[in-house]
This record gives sequence, C-alpha cells and structure tokens, in this order.
Amino acid sequence: MTALDTPHPPHPPHPPHPGDAAPADGPEPGRRSRPRPRLPARLRRAGLPYLLLLPALLLELLVHLVPMAVGIVMSFKELTQQYIRTWGDAPWAGLANFRVAVDFDAPVGEALLRSFGVTCAFTVLSVGLAWVVGMAAAVLMQENFRGRGLLRALFLVPYALPVYAAVITWSFMLQRDNGLVNHVLHEQLGLTDSPTFWLIGDNSFVSLVVVSVWRTWPFAFLILMAALQNIPRELYEAAQVDGAGIRQQLRRITLPSLRPVNQVLVLVLFLWTFNDFNVPYLLFGKAPPESADLISLHIYQSSFATWDFGAGSAMSVLLLLFLLVVTAGYLLVTGRGRKHDG
Amino acid sequence: MRARRSAPGRPALRRTAAVAAVCALSMAATACGGGTSTSDEGSNEKPKELTYWASNQGSSLEHDKKVLTPELEKFEKETGIRVKLEVVPWDSLLDRILAATSSGQGPDVLNIGNTWSASLQATGALLPWDAKNLERIGGEDRFTPAALAAAGAKGKPPAAVPLYSLAYGLYYNKQMFRDAGIDEPPATWDEFVDVGRKLTRDGRHGLAVEGGNPVENAHHAFVFGKQHGADFFDSSGKPTFDGPGNVAAVKQYVDLLASDGIAAEGNAEYGKNESVRDFATGKAGMLLWQAAASSLKSHGMKPDEYGVAPVPTRDADATGDRAVNSMVAGINLAVFKNTDNLDGALEFVKFMTSDEEQKTLNGTYGAIPPVVAAQQDAAFETPDLKVLREVLTNSSAPLPQVPDESKFETLVGTAMKELFAEAASGRKVGTGAVRDRLTEAQQQMQK
Amino acid sequence: MADTAPTADARTAVRKAPGARTPRVGARREPVRRSPTAPPRSFVWTRRIVLTLLAVFTATPVYVMLSSSLKTLDDVTGSFRWFPGDLTVQPYLDIWETVPLARYFLNSLTVAGAATVCSVVIAVFAAYAVSRHRFRGRRVFTVTVLSTQMFPGILFLLPLFLIFVNIGNTTGIALYGSRGALILTYLTFTLPFSIWMLVGYFDSIPRDLDEAALVDGCGPLGALFRVVVPAATPGIVAVTVYSFMTAWGEVLFASVMTNGETRTLAIGLQGYATQTQVYWNQVMAASLVASVPIVAGFLLLQRYLVAGLTAGAVK
Repeated sequence: MTALDTPHPPHPPHPPHPGDAAPADGPEPGRRSRPRPRLPARLRRAGLPYLLLLPALLLELLVHLVPMAVGIVMSFKELTQQYIRTWGDAPWAGLANFRVAVDFDAPVGEALLRSFGVTCAFTVLSVGLAWVVGMAAAVLMQENFRGRGLLRALFLVPYALPVYAAVITWSFMLQRDNGLVNHVLHEQLGLTDSPTFWLIGDNSFVSLVVVSVWRTWPFAFLILMAALQNIPRELYEAAQVDGAGIRQQLRRITLPSLRPVNQVLVLVLFLWTFNDFNVPYLLFGKAPPESADLISLHIYQSSFATWDFGAGSAMSVLLLLFLLVVTAGYLLVTGRGRKHDG
Repeated sequence: MRARRSAPGRPALRRTAAVAAVCALSMAATACGGGTSTSDEGSNEKPKELTYWASNQGSSLEHDKKVLTPELEKFEKETGIRVKLEVVPWDSLLDRILAATSSGQGPDVLNIGNTWSASLQATGALLPWDAKNLERIGGEDRFTPAALAAAGAKGKPPAAVPLYSLAYGLYYNKQMFRDAGIDEPPATWDEFVDVGRKLTRDGRHGLAVEGGNPVENAHHAFVFGKQHGADFFDSSGKPTFDGPGNVAAVKQYVDLLASDGIAAEGNAEYGKNESVRDFATGKAGMLLWQAAASSLKSHGMKPDEYGVAPVPTRDADATGDRAVNSMVAGINLAVFKNTDNLDGALEFVKFMTSDEEQKTLNGTYGAIPPVVAAQQDAAFETPDLKVLREVLTNSSAPLPQVPDESKFETLVGTAMKELFAEAASGRKVGTGAVRDRLTEAQQQMQK
Repeated sequence: MADTAPTADARTAVRKAPGARTPRVGARREPVRRSPTAPPRSFVWTRRIVLTLLAVFTATPVYVMLSSSLKTLDDVTGSFRWFPGDLTVQPYLDIWETVPLARYFLNSLTVAGAATVCSVVIAVFAAYAVSRHRFRGRRVFTVTVLSTQMFPGILFLLPLFLIFVNIGNTTGIALYGSRGALILTYLTFTLPFSIWMLVGYFDSIPRDLDEAALVDGCGPLGALFRVVVPAATPGIVAVTVYSFMTAWGEVLFASVMTNGETRTLAIGLQGYATQTQVYWNQVMAASLVASVPIVAGFLLLQRYLVAGLTAGAVK
C-alpha cells in the first residue's frame, strides 16, 4: 500500500496479517477464472483510478504542493516589509536568507539553533512519555474490569477537546499566583518553598511537555488499544500454560506484536509534536520563553513579528529538509517502504 | 475520458454524476461571496460603502460595536455611505493588517496603534496624508503637534491621522497612600522607590508591572531611556540598543521588581493586564499605565479612589529629553491606499476627527482628543485627564518613527520579559546580563 | 496497466484468509478478554494506582474548566479554589454578549461540517482507487500525499493565503476571508491521513464482495457505494470524526484567513481577553460550550473509532 503501511510481520508469535503485503508475483486463481475485458473497457478501467484521484490531487496541489513551492521560492527572496505589498517585485536574495539562518555564531542562527535544540528535546520527551503512558494504559486496560468503559471514555477526552479550549485551561491552571498547580504543589502539599513560575523562565519547558503529553497520550492509547485487540488471545493462553508471567507476556507477545503499529505511531507522533504550533502559542502567546521556544513558533515570530517572510521561509525550508531526512531515515531503518507494489 | 464512448451507458452515467457531484462540492466550497477587483491606487468605484476596522478600545468587542454603531449610523445619515464595521482584537490586528497589505484586500479605513505608523508607512500600503489630503479634513492645525508627530517618519507626509491620544500616568491608590502616611505622589524615581517600599507590606506591593508583556516593556524602556539620555535608534535609523544609557534604563525598570522589590515577583508573568487588576483590587499601590480609567472602572474601582500624577523623572528639575515621562500613546486612523471609495474614506476620517465625534468617542474610551478644539471640552477637565493632557502636551515623546519600530518593540520587549523572568526566579540581574540581552536583540535587528 | 492486476488479486487472496476478523465484526462486538487465570494481585493493584493517577491527570483540567465557568469574575481571578464560592450560571449568559459567540459557533459548525463531508467523500474515492486499482503513479501519489503530513504549517501559511488572494483577483471569487477558503484548507489538511486510513480499511474488506457486485452489473462506483462503503462504515466514521475534530480545532490558519464575519471559535475565544481584562469565567464557559458537541460526538462514536483504527490505521 503506502510507505507507512506495509508492516513486516513481526517476530514468531504473530499471525498472518491482513494488511501485510502479499507476494506480488505468482498466478492468482480469481484472476484466471475471469474473462479478459475487451480493450476499450480496459482503457476505461485504466482511466478510472485517475478520475477518482482527481479531486484529492487538485486539492493537494492547491493547498499543499503549490503553496509549498511558493514558500520555497519566497525563501530565496528578500521579502521584508518594503516588499510585502508587491511581493512579486522583491529582489532575489540568493542564499542570503539561508546563510543567515545557519550562521550559528550570529544571533539569528544561534537563536534558531537553540530553538531547534529545544524542539528536539521537547519532541523526544513528549513523544516518549506519551507513548509510555498510552502503552501503560492500553496494557492495563486490556482485560475487562468494572468501570473500564467509563475510564476509556474519560481517557479519550483530552484528545477530543479542541486544542484551544484545553490549552487555555492549562494556561489558567499554570498561573503562578492564582493557578491550580501551585495551589496544590505549594499551598496544599507544601512541596515548594515559594510558588513556582510555570509560564516564564526555565520551567516553561516542563509545562510545555506536560501539556503536550496530556494532549497526545490519548491518541497513543487509542491506537495501541485498537492494536492490542488484534493480538489473538490464544497466544497469551499458550504463554500462560508455559508459565510465563505478565512481564514475560508483555515482552514476548505484546511488544513484538505491536512493533509495526508502534513504528507508524511513533512517526506520526513525532511529526505532529515536532511541528506543534498550537500548544506553545496558546500557552505562552507570541513571545514564548526561550526554554519553550519551539521551532514553529520561532519561525512564526521570525516572519510575522519582524516582518521578514524571506528569512522565515528559509527557516521553514530547513525545517522541512530536516523532517524529510529524519522520516526517510526512519523508514529505511525500520524497514518500511521497502516492500512495495504499484 | 475518451474511453467512455464505448462504455455501457448506465455505469458511465452514474460515474459522471458522481464526479460532477464531487466537483460541485469542491466548487461550492469556493463559491461564497462576490468578487472585488483590486487596483493599486485608490478609486471611487464603490462610493456608497466603506469597510472600517476598529481596534478594541473598550471592555469587549461587542461593547466597541455598541459604541461605534450609532456613530456610524449618524455618518450614513449624513453622507449616505454605509460603513461595515469590524472590531479586530489587538492580538490579531497587526497580522490582519499585514495580510491585507500583502493581498491588497483590506478595509478602506482602519485603526492602527500609532507606534506602528512608520512601519506600516514603509510598506506603502497606506494613503499618505499630504497637504492636499489633510486639507480635506480641515488641515493639520486641527491636531496637536505631539499626536501628529507619532503618525509617521519625520519629513514624510503622515501615514495616518491621530484618533485617540493617550499618555502614561502614575496611578496611585489614595487610601493606601494615606495608610502609609504618604502625602503626595512621588516626583522622582528615588522617591518612587521609597514610596513603593513603604507600601510594600502585608502581602501588598508598591507597584504592579506587566513584566510578561513585551509591548508594555518596550514602552517603558523607551521612556526610561529618554530620561537616561539614550535613544534606541540613532538619527540614521540604526538600532542602538546596548548603549550604556539604554542598559541603565532597562536595568532601572527591571530593578523595580528585581533589586528594589517594590513589585511582586509574580508580576514577571503578567501579560494579560493582570497588573491593572492588582492595582484596582488594592494588591498594589501604584501603576504606570495609559488612560486606565475605563479599565479600572470595569474592575470596580471608583474614580475618587485613585489619583493620577505624571510619571516620575530622575531629577525633579529635569528638562528636555530627560524630562520625558511618557510616550505619545494613541490610536491613529489610516486609509488603505487601494480603497475603492477614496472620497468616502476621506469623508469618514473627517467625520471621525470632527470635534463632536472626538468628544463623544474619546469621552467614552477615557482617552484625550488629539483634536485641539475637542480637547477644550469640559468632559476632559477631570483631574486625571488634565494630568495626562499636560503630560501629552509638555513632556511626551513619540516612539522612534522608523520602519523597524515594531521589531524594536518585539525584540527589546521580549528581552525584558526574559530579564524579569530571571529576576523573579531569584537570579541576580546585573548590568552585564542586561547588556548581553540588549546586544543580542540589536544583532537580530541587523541579521 | 494490465500487468499490475494480478498483484492486486494476490493481495486479496491473502486478505481473505483471516476473514473472521473483518472490521464489521469488531464494530459490533466489544472484545472482552478473560484470561483463564485471574491476574495476580500485584497487577490489579498496579492497575488501580496507575489508572487512578491517570484519571486524575486527565480529568483535572476538565474539572477546572467546569468549576471555573460557574464562578464569579472576582472568584475566578482571585486565588485558586477547588469549588466556586458563589455558584453562578451568569458566565453562560454573558458569553453570548461579550463576543458574538453564536456566530463563531455557527461558523465553526459550517466550516468543520462542510470540510468533513467533502474530505470524506474525496478520501473515499481516492482510497478506493488506491486500494482496488493498480495504476501508474500510484506509489508517487500515496507517498506525495502522505509526505504533506510533515509540512510545517508555517511554511505555506502565507503562500496559501496569497494564492487564495490571487485566485480571488483573477476569477472574482473572493476566497480570502470566506468560509470557503477555510473549508478548502481544512479538508485538504485531513485528506492524507483519511486516505491512508481508508486504504487500510478498504484493503481489509474481501475483494470478493465488490467483484461479485461487478459481476452483477454494478459499475466500479456501484460496487464502491453498494458494497465497499457500507462494509467500511467504522473506518468512514473514524475518518469523519478525525476530520471534524481537526477542522474544529485549527488555530493558525484561522487566525490569518478569517475576518469578523467568518471567525471561528478557535480564534473567537481570544475575544474574552480584552483591553481591560480577561474574563476567565467566560473563557471557561465558552470553552466548554465549544467542547461539548465535539466531545459528546467523539465519545458516542468512539466504538466505531476503535474499530476503524483497528482495521485501518493499525494494520
């Protein structure tokens, strides 16, 4: 099927999988038994898929591909406030925008690099934690118990809530003087000597990770829960007969069976988290603290607040290149995208 | 498609219908609204309508709408021109203006923060108010020189005309002053810190600052800088953020929270006008703010509970730039150059800057009319407005009217936000730290 | 073209094998597993503790939203308290006055609704093509479409905006600021993931079914609508929910592409933070009002969602 979608069968205890790519060659009974269609009909058949794809293709061109091409062109232009009105007339800047962005000794490049570092750390932590929490919850809720349905519904709420509603609420809770978090940590539990700042300074990184995990773990949970239902019960029963404990079952059955799912899930979470704009923007506003200056917001700030769309586009292009390399590398390493037909 | 001829009729028909349905769906999505052609220069293609973007001046968007709608109806009755109003929140106003500028699809008339005048002027999107245009609204003499100085770069026709004028004042809580045995508001910063220390007790603080708000920070940096004889741009428009005077100015302001400790640590986080709330609810005794009357009222503080004095200076007898104690704050009214109702737009600006409208609107918003004749009205003779008017006329200076001004606000204001955060978390903020931040901000200007 | 056909059928053959686990079964039946031996006590306790902590972590913001929306402004802007001092529903009455919330709500509903319907229809067509046909460019198409998932929104925000403006200038269709522009944008945002999920789902539907329909004289589209779509209901519901949620929650593009008339909830909620103060109780009340329909819909449809994901994305 697609690059993300043809998992290898995992280790031994895995059943044949409906999504697995079938051997692409070899005769096929169903095919042989049918009469060959006449030529015009075959032509028609050949045209049909393109017709079906046409609307999707047009929209992708209009909204994703052409704008991206324009964005790349913009990154080679000197598109400052003098030219935004007549941006076609903006002079070519060559590689100047890129040179500024990657000159890590100068402040602009340094700030970009720092923002990039913050984003990487944030992504690793956030995706890792979201996966761990989602996995833990999915495994713990694999067996039925009283209240399971209710709990599952509750766990899905953060994912269902509109991001602005949820993050605005978090920003309300994270206020230093009147927020819930300090009320609990400082006033009720007495864990800190003085109220902590969560929205400015270094701790804002912690806030960012917590809010992001809060929002994304339900997605990991949902996917993993669905995937766990595909693992045949017999495998567990057999393992129990062999005397395997819960931990061993987890290691020998659950994790290997989930491998293909995890490969997709982690990639999706990575891309979403790395490109996240909403959470930092809604939590900190347009001027985020340095320790929470995620790359999307940094680029937004570099283009909109300082009205330098050429530089902003150059940074976006660099970001895109990085994501392309990481994704391609990831797919290569995990062995996806190798087996393909079509 | 060629293949369809020989295909069996029915399925082909169905398929065509389905494809048509998809196309129709995607077309329907695009087909809302009529088209407008845009030309580069203004025209009078649509003499009977105008679009006006107002900034949020009152307690809510809807409140602004309620205030402005009757006035716009009055205008329609007079001229037959219907004004379509949109009140744009401050958060998105600049982005929207940028979008309108790059697309040429914007309003005909709009409010801008007067500090953006030169930046927006540089885009060439706004109608220049040359002598001829100014004449159509009664000439430049109608406006106070201070307000007009904050409407664009020096030596160029203004990019906008003043609509509401504001100035920073020192708001103080009368009761708290009495309780602490303070007779009159401080006139110098030494006195100010003294008073602040006296007020800081029992969980209350001398001062509330909006440390997490870059724009507020930048405004204060500018005024404190003036008092230290420092500017953030030299005469050629180059940034000079990290001169000794600038560093001292920024440090002095941050120190109000840091070493002086007269502002609560939590203020470092404030970015949503929480400082006004703290002042109104008696948590802080003083506030440096522009035209706070209506905000204070909405928090339930009565006008006789607070006094307004000029913002202090370093010496009581300071003169010239060192006596500057406010920026020329305010809102300007601009016309988009490519309006398709140029005459109507000018007519509308004339209406909004007429004596009568100036009185009504400035009165409602607690601002000072930048129109000389309207200023004389009794409504602006209240003690607080009198002080602010005095400041505006005698000791205010416009923020640098250079194209990079909005970058200055963002970069310096954000640097100060970080400094506040450091100070609030207990780290010492020395001269070196301030200079480093300002140097970094300055280097980002040049890229 | 013809030489790719056997491949397709070969895939089908394998897919038929585990027919017992087709999604249609999963959709109706909540799989309940009971181990022959009860789990050990330590496991039960771990489960209790971890799930309780998680429940608290998850529910706290929701509770804060609710309790704060029932407080007076003084109460909500003062020190935090778990329970409202004076219980009041006034914020729920005021939210409609402070900003034109009803209009924003309607805008969000229109935009998200239209974007979802269009997106699902288009994704069904595209996924059907990819799943049931082998054609030149198939791989290029899927890879390209999926790779758009990694585009940083900020890269094409301004270009897209300018393109809409230019379309407006040349064709006279005013896209900028219209709901239509937002609908087009959102529907395209959700297309890649929707197509991907539906291809996975369609692949899991035995090909016999639609081939039987083809033999019966249905055209390929007849087969799609009479056989594949009904069989793929859980997958389609999952994609619908996903599309609606995405469109309902988007912030960045809405902030640049809407005006006062077309502003959506995502941006409209900023209106409660005004020049004078932040009406926190109204913010919370409005957030709840904006959340209730989507959360309710999500929870009602979550069974389908799990089933849809089980067969679609997860495979």
